[in-house]
Amino acid sequence: MKKFGLLLALMLLLPVSWAKEAAPVAEDPELERRMVTLSEELRCLVCQNETIAASRADFANDVRREIREQMKADKSDKEIVDFLVARYGDFVLYRPPVKSSTFFLWFGPFIFLVIGAIVLFVYLKRRRKQIEEPMLTEQQLKQAESLLKEGKGNNA
Amino acid sequence: MMRFLVPLAIFVVLVGFLVVGLGLKPREVPSPLIGKPAPEFQLRQLHDSDKMLTSKENLGKVWLLNVWASWCVSCRQEHPLLVELAKSGIVPVYGLNYKDQRDDALRWLKQFGNPYTISIVDPEGRTGLDYGVYGVPETYVIDKNGVIRYKQIGPVTVDALQTKILPLVKELQG
Repeated sequence: MKKFGLLLALMLLLPVSWAKEAAPVAEDPELERRMVTLSEELRCLVCQNETIAASRADFANDVRREIREQMKADKSDKEIVDFLVARYGDFVLYRPPVKSSTFFLWFGPFIFLVIGAIVLFVYLKRRRKQIEEPMLTEQQLKQAESLLKEGKGNNA
Repeated sequence: MMRFLVPLAIFVVLVGFLVVGLGLKPREVPSPLIGKPAPEFQLRQLHDSDKMLTSKENLGKVWLLNVWASWCVSCRQEHPLLVELAKSGIVPVYGLNYKDQRDDALRWLKQFGNPYTISIVDPEGRTGLDYGVYGVPETYVIDKNGVIRYKQIGPVTVDALQTKILPLVKELQG
């Protein structure tokens, strides 16, 4: 029992003696936050479906380092983005700017939507004409009436 | 007749789009640096660490800048071609040893041959970032005025060499 008590005491003590203040991940958490926010808007060119913020690729590491350094040098977000676009093109941006070469990227879907709506409209209009009430002669009407009566009689 | 022709036409157009789409290489992002002055650098030489090379020293000649590393598998694939090209003396090939260890790089060149007039060292990939490097190997054709004229992303192939790089080099040298 004494042994057990000692063991228990030791076990309870150990974590306390080991516990330490968690070291901050980055030297400057504020700057790190700004870097992550910016790099979430940037595409990693190696693993193209990941952001620079999320990617573990070496390339993304380098870009993050570059962004950090430029932020330390008091560059604005726009300056940093321009710096990267000058080297890697609009492709690094998840939101490419609207310009002549990206016109179809931005507005293509809406153009197709409008074309689709026009096609649908014309089609429906034409179909309405096709299913207009057929004109029946007097004789045909009588025939239909008698057929309907016959049906009722059978059911009853 | 129209009932069949219209869907058929739409189908053909769609197939056309898909065929073109299949042929595109999303890995090869067009570089905005083409037609722009090559970013300047001043870097240590691989073989003689005391010496530097600046990009300005190459003004007045057409040259290739090949980004390589000993850890890069595709670099081995293109390497024999570069060695051959260097032997032919058509155009000088400079190497940018990208994020590599010096010993590994030197051993690699000893093992596979050294096609480079001079190799310079970019241990942290900073010059690489300036050049828009994102996948090694990459090869740049730089003209007499120091302007980037072409960028090969991925290994140099016989096809790329014969249909693009060499004709361009001849034209630029002309």
